[in-house]
Amino acid sequence: MATLTYRDALNQALREEMQRDQNVFLMGEEVGVYQGAYKVSRGLLEEFGPKRIVDTPIAELGFAGIGVGAAMGGLRPVIEFMTWNFAVLAMDQIVNSAAKMLYMSGGQINLPIVFRGPNGAALQLASQHSQAWESWVSHIPGLKVVAPATPADAKGLLKSAIRDNNPVIVLEGEMLYNLKGDVPDGEHLVPIGKAEIKREGRDVTLVCHSKTLAVATKAAEMLAEQDLSAEVLDLRSLRPLDEAAILDSVRKTNRAVVVEEGWPHAGIGAQIVDLIQRDAFDDLDAPVQRITQADVPMPYNKHLERAAKASPEKVVAAARRVLYLE
Amino acid sequence: MTATARSAKQNASSPKEKELHLKMLREMLLIRRFEEKAAEAYALGKIGGFCHLYIGQEAVAVGALAALRDDDYVICSYREHGQALVKGISPNAVMAELFGKATGCSKGKGGSMHLFDAKRGFMGGHGIVGGHIPLAAGLAFASKYQGNDKVCVCFFGEAAVNIGSFHETLNMASVWKLPVIFLCENNRYGMGTAFERVAAVTDIVEHACSYDMAAELVDGMNVLTVYDATRRAVERARNQSNPTLLEVRTYRYMGHSMSDPLHGVYRTKDEVEEQKARDPITHLADKLKDDGIIDQAGLDALDAEIHTEVEQAVKFADESPDPEPGELYTDVMVD
Repeated sequence: MATLTYRDALNQALREEMQRDQNVFLMGEEVGVYQGAYKVSRGLLEEFGPKRIVDTPIAELGFAGIGVGAAMGGLRPVIEFMTWNFAVLAMDQIVNSAAKMLYMSGGQINLPIVFRGPNGAALQLASQHSQAWESWVSHIPGLKVVAPATPADAKGLLKSAIRDNNPVIVLEGEMLYNLKGDVPDGEHLVPIGKAEIKREGRDVTLVCHSKTLAVATKAAEMLAEQDLSAEVLDLRSLRPLDEAAILDSVRKTNRAVVVEEGWPHAGIGAQIVDLIQRDAFDDLDAPVQRITQADVPMPYNKHLERAAKASPEKVVAAARRVLYLE
Repeated sequence: MTATARSAKQNASSPKEKELHLKMLREMLLIRRFEEKAAEAYALGKIGGFCHLYIGQEAVAVGALAALRDDDYVICSYREHGQALVKGISPNAVMAELFGKATGCSKGKGGSMHLFDAKRGFMGGHGIVGGHIPLAAGLAFASKYQGNDKVCVCFFGEAAVNIGSFHETLNMASVWKLPVIFLCENNRYGMGTAFERVAAVTDIVEHACSYDMAAELVDGMNVLTVYDATRRAVERARNQSNPTLLEVRTYRYMGHSMSDPLHGVYRTKDEVEEQKARDPITHLADKLKDDGIIDQAGLDALDAEIHTEVEQAVKFADESPDPEPGELYTDVMVD
């Protein structure tokens, strides 16, 4: 066990998987000579050479498609997008080629490919660089989607994603890259599709993933000061969704708040609310609340930006609402 | 770059060449008769959705694939019945796929636009214009990475040249020296839009200059010319790991899809008739007659044999079962 940043945990996962299987290669903008726009690929060019650490032009659609083609040819590509805001240019390849190839070929061509990069807002990057794409990518059958919140999960989920024989979307958090945590050495695999209770509680379930784990955890601490016990459930995977874990927690607490970075309309939280009302209706003591980004493009001004984002204070207020305390 | 319209030698003589020319004639006739039957089946409601026929363009698939090894990759747009047949997928399996049957080459889940046979290196028909061009470069990337010498031929229409993925891919294929052949079938119209109405540069081969890539302009109504040009491109790909852009000028006799009338409002009947006078099958058949390789009786017998084969494919497709209802939920993910 070592203490690593989220960035270095991802780096370790890439390094170990590339050492383990020479069909694994990394392709993307600035991954090689520059050592990664966010330094996730630091040192990999030196270790694995330009054949396996491939710098691309700024051409997301093209290199995402080349990655899909390489997977069709038997390789295991890891495609890095500098951010998911740019991956939207490659959505045709992710949706129309990667997600559908197995089905439309009648089961002949599976694609072991990973599309990864930072997702969601950082600080004052304004509207085009501050978007959370999980509801877009989670909508598509044929894709798996993971969104790790801790260094250990970042390593374990990326390793599982690279070994998966299906296309996997890995949503990283730019604001998480410097987050430190204990990371198991070597063979540490986090199964895709398994949520984790990050903090046990009795009174209300806070459902979160990726950066909103920190928001929910802080909210749980604030609630504890009010003698309220919040359970923090980190989804980790958004597709497949660990429905059993969500239902188990709600059946215990009878109340839930879903916290996400995306916009409210047709967001991940809407899917979770659908699940809870369908399968845990009789266990609910209050309507489920959602905390999301404000339903506007992200503003640049830091006060407006803060107002737009999910915050511990908003989560505490929502938790108090489902507890009928306000 | 060399951009030359080169005629093939017109004096085939060796037994090997004779055999090749007869094979080409057979394959072109198979595509023609297959597509005619597909049109009939479509009219009868046996085939649904979009169905894009290849009639008129047979020389392109046949000439190009004759230059390939069996283990080379072929990847296509949605007008790919011809390439699928020539790559060796049986007429039964292709027709059954058009009929949406369980015995189809994609188990009835792909249809006319998504024919696949990965074991034969037929990597699909793809339905988004230009979307498969980067996939072709990716397959070539895999060949080079794995150190095998398989090449990949990517068929696409001229309308795909206006889309970004074409330019992004040609650039990367050239920078990385990938063993891929971009074979543009210029049949003049993207649906109903004449290429010159929407393209600033109408000689597609010229785009190769922007990407420092070898290119040739090829007469797509002459199967031997297509074969020769593709052979040169395969040589560049296999032995030098260099990509090529081929602009192959051809013509589709039918509408864009089955819902489009034969000549429509965007071209004249006279134009279609004029092009039919350059028919690639007639052209090769006449040459083989001149060379004494086949006579009219032999040609008629070949045609009759192919007719029977295609009729049997229709019968096979018609009598094949639909996919089991449970197939709806299979092939979304592998374990």
